[in-house]
Amino acid sequence: MAANMKVKERVAKKQTLCGALMLIEALKAENVKVIFGYPGGAVLPIYDKLYESGVFHVLTRHEQGAIHAAEGYARISGKPGVVIATSGPGATNIVTGLTDAMMDSIPLVVFTGQVASSVIGSDAFQEADVLGITMPITKHSYQVRDVHELPKIIKEAFHIATTGRPGPVLIDIPKDMAVAEAEFDYEQDVQLPGYQPTTKPNHLQIRKLVEAVSQAKRPVILAGAGVLHANAHEQLKQYAEQQHIPVIHTLLGLGGFPADHPLFLGMAGMHGTYTANMALYECDLLINVGARFDDRVTGNLAHFAPKATVAHIDIDPAEIGKNVPTKIPIVGDAKEALIQLIEQNGKRPDVSEWLKQLNEWKREYPLMYKREPGVLKPQRLIEMIHEYTNGEAVVTTDVGQHQMWVAQYYKFKQPHRWVTSGGLGTMGFGLPAAIGAQLAQPEATVVSIVGDGGFQMTLQELSVIQELNLPIKIVIVNNQALGMVRQWQEIFYEKRYSHSLIPNQPDFVRLAEAYGMKAMRATTEEEAEYVLKEALATNAPVLLDFHVCPGENVYPMVAPGKGLHEMVGVKW
Amino acid sequence: MKRIITMTVNNRPGVLNRITGLFTKRHYNIESITVGHTESEGISRMTFVVNVEDERIAEQITKQLNKQIDVLKVVDITDQAIIVRELALIKVAVTPATRGEIYTLIEPFRAAIVDVARDSLVVQVTGEPEKIDALIDLLKPYGLKEVARTGTTAFPRGSQRASSTNKSLFII
Ligand SMILES: Cc1ncc(C[n+]2csc(CCOP(=O)(O)OP(=O)(O)O)c2C)c(N)n1
Repeated sequence: MAANMKVKERVAKKQTLCGALMLIEALKAENVKVIFGYPGGAVLPIYDKLYESGVFHVLTRHEQGAIHAAEGYARISGKPGVVIATSGPGATNIVTGLTDAMMDSIPLVVFTGQVASSVIGSDAFQEADVLGITMPITKHSYQVRDVHELPKIIKEAFHIATTGRPGPVLIDIPKDMAVAEAEFDYEQDVQLPGYQPTTKPNHLQIRKLVEAVSQAKRPVILAGAGVLHANAHEQLKQYAEQQHIPVIHTLLGLGGFPADHPLFLGMAGMHGTYTANMALYECDLLINVGARFDDRVTGNLAHFAPKATVAHIDIDPAEIGKNVPTKIPIVGDAKEALIQLIEQNGKRPDVSEWLKQLNEWKREYPLMYKREPGVLKPQRLIEMIHEYTNGEAVVTTDVGQHQMWVAQYYKFKQPHRWVTSGGLGTMGFGLPAAIGAQLAQPEATVVSIVGDGGFQMTLQELSVIQELNLPIKIVIVNNQALGMVRQWQEIFYEKRYSHSLIPNQPDFVRLAEAYGMKAMRATTEEEAEYVLKEALATNAPVLLDFHVCPGENVYPMVAPGKGLHEMVGVKW
Repeated sequence: MKRIITMTVNNRPGVLNRITGLFTKRHYNIESITVGHTESEGISRMTFVVNVEDERIAEQITKQLNKQIDVLKVVDITDQAIIVRELALIKVAVTPATRGEIYTLIEPFRAAIVDVARDSLVVQVTGEPEKIDALIDLLKPYGLKEVARTGTTAFPRGSQRASSTNKSLFII
């Protein structure tokens, strides 16, 4: 608060500042609590001013770590994650994270250094065409060409990143721009005539949906991450209960609707529940709230929701009709739309037959795995974590089998507890994302569940976790393989395990100890129970290496090219 | 199907790049682009001709373009009453024997000779792209040395019938 006042005073005076100080003052004005970054020549003027700025900066050990941490921060706090990287190699190291944030609609403001304006285009030392490289993977981007424009650019960047459909915005700052001085005026209004997201849904379209619902016999809601971005979880529940409509989640939407609710059917898609997928196949009205009909959710589009009238609520008009023909398009904020739907209080559909059918499927075809004595089943491991954290932990994952098991067996009851890379499927995401998540919610129990493969892509960030003493529990689901690749090779490539088996993983316990971190290993259910309880009782980082049954596969499964109704592995 | 899409955009560095990049990323094929200043300072106008499979993709293109922050307005004008023009410069080989023939040949096209050399002529023609195609076809037998076309530029006529196919962005 005091810092804010100070900014206001200074702003009132319209001080002359250098670009680097403008950046810092703008961050304070935007109420940014933490930034993630890595220094280098092109951003040295900025780092020099950071030194005494009081801005909390986390030095990750790789720029990829910085941007994934910022994503984790944004996904949990709902506020934009802020990143600084230097020119050239620093900037190219954030490309994966930018793409990840773009695909999953995560608000980020990313500052990259650039060589001095005078040498741009000369292939100068550490020069890269960052704007060109990142254009397709950012919501918008800028290169500062005149320091007078910097305050306006930063203000616009925060506005664009956080409004409409959120996304990453990049600001490329040539080194001379960080040093050059101009008047700092941050009180100006953002004026972007070409950017006017529609948040209020069209009333007529809402009425059409109300009418469609009243006549439906087998309605279902498919809820995506848009529900979470819009903070519409309460309204989703209220609406589903009011109209008696069952709810299905996408991978990224998990937590938007309580997993223990009787109307919840589970996750849809490639590794979704039988009930969710069959409901999508059999429904006569599909209400998509903030999901983008990703192919991992729809399976073969030719067989997707073949009997349904499709309604789609989305803040991004381009998503509506992109993959699935839509009868009732509703452009707007998910919360606004759901509030209007609730207020309309339309005639409830008669869904008794439908719910009976769904409950029968739930009973007949639950998620399942075989427990074996002496062996630690990964599914059981996730169930235990769920149990010991009361289903309330913040969970981050990497990508692979373990990610799907968490999605299936960690029953999220609340929103903003689930951090995973959905659209891009980025291995190495889980560990750095946990850093951001823990900083966003210092009081939360943060569990980072990673594969033995993905963990090794960003494991250097253990150093940050230890240094900041973030009490993250790192769970390695160690199957001595690139598990999901191994599974596909088993099923689709006649068990020809080409470069997917890694029987000689490093000793992860000793590795963690080298970073000064407490670590334990477990190979049976009993051991797992013991180390988990111990770790969760510790208020410090702990790494847990779980040697799980290596041949375990994720089921049920919709093979690529198949329809959702063609799942395999639903019965013993 | 061929669609003609016009846009007004902020005249900022990289805007064209951003837009053509969008087409590449989504696998839309551009037949032609023209860009130039408008009557308002800082604002440029682009005309795209794209060949797409169906309505759905045409709609997707306008929606994606409209998402760009620097794009102020996108209109698919294909189904409106529009003026469509292209300019071409055609360098054609001549001999003393064919020179006169070519003069009479281009006359109905209201084309002009803008350069004369001993063994070639440069013909300038404006009009709808089909007209230009036709002239090029006619001149081909004489031997084309070089052809430069500007690509299509277009906008709606002044007295526009109120047209239901005038989709500004979102169809409600
Ligand atoms: C950066 C990156 N490279 C490659 C892949 C392809 N890929 C998807 S899952 C997977 C295996 C992951 O193995 P592991 O991290 O051990 O997790 P598991 O599947 O065993 O749980 C691979 C290689 C990816 N998603 N991301």
